[in-house]
Amino acid sequence: MRPISRRKLLTTGLAATAGLAGVTVATRLAERYGLIPPDHGGIYGPGETLTYAAQRLLTTHSLAREFSRSMISKSPFANETPPPNDAFKHLQASGFSDWRLSVDGMVARPASLSLPDLKSFPVHSQITEVTCEEGWSYIAEWIGTPLIEVLNAVGLSPQARYVAYFSIDKDWWESIDMADALHPQTFLTWGMNDGDLPVSFGGPLRMRVPRQLGYKSLKYVTRLTVTDTMKRFGKGLGSAEPESGYAWYAGI
Amino acid sequence: MRQEPCLISIPRGSATPVNDVCYPAPVAAAGSLPNPETPRHAAVVRVTHWITVISFFALLISGAEIVVSHPRFYWGEVGNVMTRPLFTLPIPSSRDTVPTGYGYVLPDQNGWSRYLHFQAAWAVVLTGLVYGISSLWSGHFRESLFPAPADRTWRAFWEVIAKYLRRAPPDEAEAYSYNVIQRIAYLVVIFVLFPLVIWTGLALSPAFDSAVPAAVTALGGRQSARTLHFFVSGALLLFLVVHVAMVVLAGFRSRMRAMITGRASVPRERILERT
Repeated sequence: MRPISRRKLLTTGLAATAGLAGVTVATRLAERYGLIPPDHGGIYGPGETLTYAAQRLLTTHSLAREFSRSMISKSPFANETPPPNDAFKHLQASGFSDWRLSVDGMVARPASLSLPDLKSFPVHSQITEVTCEEGWSYIAEWIGTPLIEVLNAVGLSPQARYVAYFSIDKDWWESIDMADALHPQTFLTWGMNDGDLPVSFGGPLRMRVPRQLGYKSLKYVTRLTVTDTMKRFGKGLGSAEPESGYAWYAGI
Repeated sequence: MRQEPCLISIPRGSATPVNDVCYPAPVAAAGSLPNPETPRHAAVVRVTHWITVISFFALLISGAEIVVSHPRFYWGEVGNVMTRPLFTLPIPSSRDTVPTGYGYVLPDQNGWSRYLHFQAAWAVVLTGLVYGISSLWSGHFRESLFPAPADRTWRAFWEVIAKYLRRAPPDEAEAYSYNVIQRIAYLVVIFVLFPLVIWTGLALSPAFDSAVPAAVTALGGRQSARTLHFFVSGALLLFLVVHVAMVVLAGFRSRMRAMITGRASVPRERILERT
């Protein structure tokens, strides 16, 4: 073993100090620019934070691929749907005429919107792919109200950082950051392939987040909450998915 | 013409010295073999090698777990249990929505597998960047991996292959330098398979595809990218198996010592053979 020279010791020490300082500064900057996901803790935190930060720097405004009408899947796959609970069955019996979407949190005018209320906003459609984390996918036309229209109508607070959204099944809730919440392709979806959104695909109301994996496109949405932190929701990891071991940010 | 200075020469069987292949040793040294103080593998090569080993195993295990949740592969843009697969792996699945023919469903491991897969992917990509930049800087690619001009012939390939087929023990020089087949194998892994596996993996990211749609459309669609990712990973696994087998055949202890401590020496077993 050769003795370590003074020069080598000095340069190594300087490099280590610079590296540590670099990481500290990077963390400060990342916090300031919203590049740290709610599930940044734990052993997989570094990878998750790198992924989220890289995507936020690269893809904040990019649009998910849209497809031609001929690419729409003839037999889309609905995946497992949770057994409808009593509240859902009750609303289903009356044709979802009493379905409400409540909007609260950091908004000027909290609201409770019916499906016809939502349909009175400008109607948009997109032909995009649903990509499941398991590996399968299908393409469908999604018709709905861009989330940004609803957020603008209720008066979004400038402090808003996340939109949390909840299913009628209380075990299922999700959240997205403002980059995805204000993204023109993020829809409150009530129609699919020129018809009503079928229950198996999340009808009567499903969040559609085409730049992330399917599990962010939550089915049976009944409530939106605008917030500046996800710490107060569940275990504070951003959504129900990280609590069962799945990443909060699903854009990969 | 014999190049000067030739510090490592790999004799080609009974050929005349004119046909010898000459690779320069990393650092000038007296005698026909490099200075024993000169490491066989530079520190950056050793460190990046072992980080890659750990990351690759993490990617392999987590990747296999992810495949288990949907062991069907498709071609084109879309594919799901309602469409015809290109092929199906004859294994059970961790999802009861997948028809596998097995009467049971494996436990769901996708959560940690996906977290680990992407964390290990970052580790291997960042390590690869350090390795690539430092290798360009130090001349590692040029000196240790690109075959010497005299070796860029079918005859040279064939001689090395014939030697492998005869199961001849490696030359002493091969403890200090790679032969042409090794060089080609490493170059394919570094410049073809790793870039391909990163590309096909990135193409599976819906957010990345929104920024760079060509990443997925050039591969023929999302499901094609997934299928290609599977096959390129298989090619890397094949490399790993052959690589480890060759290390064992060449002398596990000496090759491991060279990649851990950097020190190369004639394997003890071969010294014993000669005495």
